[in-house]
Amino acid sequence: MSDDHNRLSVFKTYKLYVGGKFPRSESGRVYEVTDSRDKWLANAPLSSRKDARDAVVAARKAFGGWSGATAYLRGQILYRVAEMMEGRRGQFVREVADAEGLSKSKAVEVVEAAVDRWVWYAGWTDKVSQVLGGANPVSGPFFNLSTPEPTGVVAVVAPQESSLLGLVSVLAPVIATGNTAVVVASEKAPLPALSLAEVLATSDVPGGVVNILSGRTAEIATPLAAHQDVNALDLTGAGPELARDLEVAAADNLKRVVRPQGADGVDWSADPGTGRLTAFLETKTVWHPTGSLGVSGSAY
Amino acid sequence: MPTNALADVTASDSTLRRFLHGLPGVDAVGLEARAASLGTRSIKTTAKAYAIDLAISMIDLTTLEGADTPGKVRGLAAKAVRPDPTDRTTPHTAAVCVYPDMVATAKAALAAAGATDVKVASVATAFPAGRAALDVKLADTRDAVAAGADEIDMVIDRGAFLAGHYMKVYEEIRAVKEASGPARLKVIFETGELSTYDNIRRASWLGMLAGADFIKTSTGKVAVNATPANTLLMLEAVRDFRAQTGVQVGVKPAGGIRTTKDAIKFLVLVNETAGEDWLDDHWFRFGASSLLNDLLMQRQKLATGRYSGPDYVTVD
Amino acid sequence: MASAFEYAPAPESRSVVDIAPSYGLFIDGEFTDAADGKVFKTVSPSSEEVLSEVAQAGAEDVDRAVRAARKAFAKWSALPGSERAKYLFRIARIIQERSRELAVLETLDNGKPIKETRDHDLPLVAGHFFYYAGWADKLGHAGFGPDPKPLGVAGQVIPWNFPLLMLAWKIAPALAAGNTVVLKPAETTPLSALFFADVCRQAGLPRGVVNILPGYGDAGAALVEHPDVDKVAFTGSTAVGKAIARQVAGTRKKLTLELGGKGANIVFDDAPIDQAVEGIITGIFFNQGQVCCAGSRLLVQESVQDEFLDALKRRLSTLRLGDPLDKNTDIGAINSAEQLARIKALAETGEAEGAERWSPACELPSTGYWFAPTLFTGVTQAHTVARDEIFGPVLSVLTFRTPAEAVAKANNSQYGLSAGIWSEKGSRILAVADKLRAGVVWANTFNKLDPTSPFGGYKESGFGREGGRHGLEAYLDV
Repeated sequence: MSDDHNRLSVFKTYKLYVGGKFPRSESGRVYEVTDSRDKWLANAPLSSRKDARDAVVAARKAFGGWSGATAYLRGQILYRVAEMMEGRRGQFVREVADAEGLSKSKAVEVVEAAVDRWVWYAGWTDKVSQVLGGANPVSGPFFNLSTPEPTGVVAVVAPQESSLLGLVSVLAPVIATGNTAVVVASEKAPLPALSLAEVLATSDVPGGVVNILSGRTAEIATPLAAHQDVNALDLTGAGPELARDLEVAAADNLKRVVRPQGADGVDWSADPGTGRLTAFLETKTVWHPTGSLGVSGSAY
Repeated sequence: MPTNALADVTASDSTLRRFLHGLPGVDAVGLEARAASLGTRSIKTTAKAYAIDLAISMIDLTTLEGADTPGKVRGLAAKAVRPDPTDRTTPHTAAVCVYPDMVATAKAALAAAGATDVKVASVATAFPAGRAALDVKLADTRDAVAAGADEIDMVIDRGAFLAGHYMKVYEEIRAVKEASGPARLKVIFETGELSTYDNIRRASWLGMLAGADFIKTSTGKVAVNATPANTLLMLEAVRDFRAQTGVQVGVKPAGGIRTTKDAIKFLVLVNETAGEDWLDDHWFRFGASSLLNDLLMQRQKLATGRYSGPDYVTVD
Repeated sequence: MASAFEYAPAPESRSVVDIAPSYGLFIDGEFTDAADGKVFKTVSPSSEEVLSEVAQAGAEDVDRAVRAARKAFAKWSALPGSERAKYLFRIARIIQERSRELAVLETLDNGKPIKETRDHDLPLVAGHFFYYAGWADKLGHAGFGPDPKPLGVAGQVIPWNFPLLMLAWKIAPALAAGNTVVLKPAETTPLSALFFADVCRQAGLPRGVVNILPGYGDAGAALVEHPDVDKVAFTGSTAVGKAIARQVAGTRKKLTLELGGKGANIVFDDAPIDQAVEGIITGIFFNQGQVCCAGSRLLVQESVQDEFLDALKRRLSTLRLGDPLDKNTDIGAINSAEQLARIKALAETGEAEGAERWSPACELPSTGYWFAPTLFTGVTQAHTVARDEIFGPVLSVLTFRTPAEAVAKANNSQYGLSAGIWSEKGSRILAVADKLRAGVVWANTFNKLDPTSPFGGYKESGFGREGGRHGLEAYLDV
């Protein structure tokens, strides 16, 4: 592609994002990514099951630190993602317009909504425990508190159509609550996802918290669904048949599964609500005796 | 492990403190839940008959009133020897428990009734507050022993204990033990004033280290006296102390145990905590007065099959 | 216990419960025979006495029950929440009134001590209905949106370890949220669910709202698979839970699973030792260890291992095993011959793998299904008895040196249902509780349950929560 000044432009080599690094697929494979009019845009890595495995290892390694970080810090980092994305709006507008065949103005709307979505979830990190958890008034001399905790490593099959806003809408709630993610990017429109990785890498998101793979959805998602060290599976971007197969495979270690919401598509610009925020949380309930101040004061 | 394994514990104030504060903590809810759970044991028929007679034989039949008179004490002694005049198979109580100035009266009354094995226990050491100089407490003790007391029920200095002066408490018990001579020494902690179970556990070990023959919950003069939980805790202490030192120490809950049902619950605690070695009046006592009549009524009920009434037991 | 103080037998009277010689399925408010006329016998595990003959549901009966529940759903879900609440309050009260009868019945059919059914199961059953009764007209305040809707027909499959309590955990929130239910009790313990059908009758519950289908696994599978079931709730083994998850894959059915566990009970050197001993005992010998949240692994700090094990063994020796109806019985019968065989096989594996087996002197009755309280020492993470759920009165003892090692070992399991922490140091408790991957963490206590307290697992112990506000979510379309 040439630009206005007859200068030969520099293409970008799109790479995967695993463990905070930008590797090529270990398979050495790439596939052609085209725009909505079938014009070649780039070669994207065609991830293999081994790439999926490496991504799970990276996500597991990152889980302790990310889930153990303060909710305040996670909020700061998610907000930083929004800041970094805002600075790259032009790039994302171009990529989204190409990927989804949108007009420039429509693409601007989508990118702005994606940035705003990070802001929405950045603000949630330190509120979700208060909204979902709380003290339980048990019938006895016990302090009893329920708190939500992240489920662990979540494999996310990102929406196929909405390459950026849909992606951010499924990814941000997963990591806001302290999970780590392995994302299978939109098969035919992976470039915005791969560019988002560059934003994440420069936003203080620790390496491994988000891992992004491009390639054939079924090829990558199948080993993830069967992986015994993956705790949950978001099937949003999987078609009905693949989704069923993946859900069956996920039963082997009882992954928490979010099913696709149907063929008619999702309006990703709508108010996201809290459904995705609560989908990958466990409730931990801790009991402790309260006793009494003295031997005469017991309620037992 | 021989007794001297714990000898260095009392070498200084700080070693004693370290030892007592190193004892395992007590979780109040768990302790009370265990006591309550044992309280649900259902003791019926033959087991109940056994328990009633055992409980009667473990009573320190007590009068500790400012209004005590020789007549009152003589009545008590007669009741201790023959709790149920209508049934001579009824066991006598373990002891009568009186103030030091009533020991001689009690001793004579028991002798007159022909009972040589009902003991006389005397409270001493400025009972119940214990707020007197050490030499006054020792004089009080010697008086009681001189008058013929077989057992001395002393109170610890709760103020010193709560102020953390464990060595002072320890040395006072040692001194009273010495002053008691041949009499067996029961050490009263006044658990209601120590307030926490951790304190009761520490006091139990402190008392045993100082040579107590019995550890006793309370004077009966404060709001909270013997409870299943504090007695369970003390039973754990004597069990563990024997396991460590080979020395067996008795336990006496006192105050607030008024019914057969309550008494049997305490015996279940003994049975399932310290074990059957303590199911004997030499190692377990009830400090009580009205309990005896309830035991007697229940005993009559078991014998006759019909419920008894207060007019069928004596009011002394 | 050898003692001068021998407790005379103190049996609870059986006369408070009248068990009929046969029972039908409870469908659409009527007791009815199975379509194919099949029946099965339910026996008392402590004596092997046949208690009753019960109709055995098959696929056709499942269909009939689901249709009844579907038909009832329209009216039931349209009732004002305050009306549904009153039905549930009625049920709670009737259970309280009949609690002695139901406790004796449960003890007969399940084999667990009367002390437990009387003091634990039945109060919690009534409490659960009371708790969710109050939610029925307050669903808009539960944090699931202003007007959350029920799902429809709930298919519920429950285990034999707490038959009536698990029924309450399933039915109370389902009805409060406006669903109707088809519930399959376990084949070894169908009776209390059938008595519950009578409680529903006394409460005047509309027909079809609750349907009870005694039967085997095939009936459970048919219920899970039925296309008109909107919600599947299962409590039981992890293997069956996985099979159910596969069955409902690709459907619209909402699923919650409450499965197995291998709870670690961690005793630090600064623990309140006597209460910790009680907690370990409660943790593994309550209900003969047939408890999904049992503390079946004891992790004891190496520095106090010897004294703690001595104390534990001494306490174990005082447990009273025998007639479950005797009010002084601590350990009752194992629920079935099948379960007994499984416990025996796993205990033998433990021995074969070199762990040291210990049981107190304990005479087992000659009839019925019995297993003596058992302790395995010298167990490592690699032993089968440290990894597999035994679901019996068998405790595996492991040691650790540091809090970090305790947490690593506790979490080293496919399960994540429960855990215990025993320490007098508050900050340590909070740090360890934070790191344990388990749905319920009991610190300085164990096996406490409450209607207001969410219960459920991490990892292969299942998903979803039962109890508390959280428990409503499983039965609402959110």
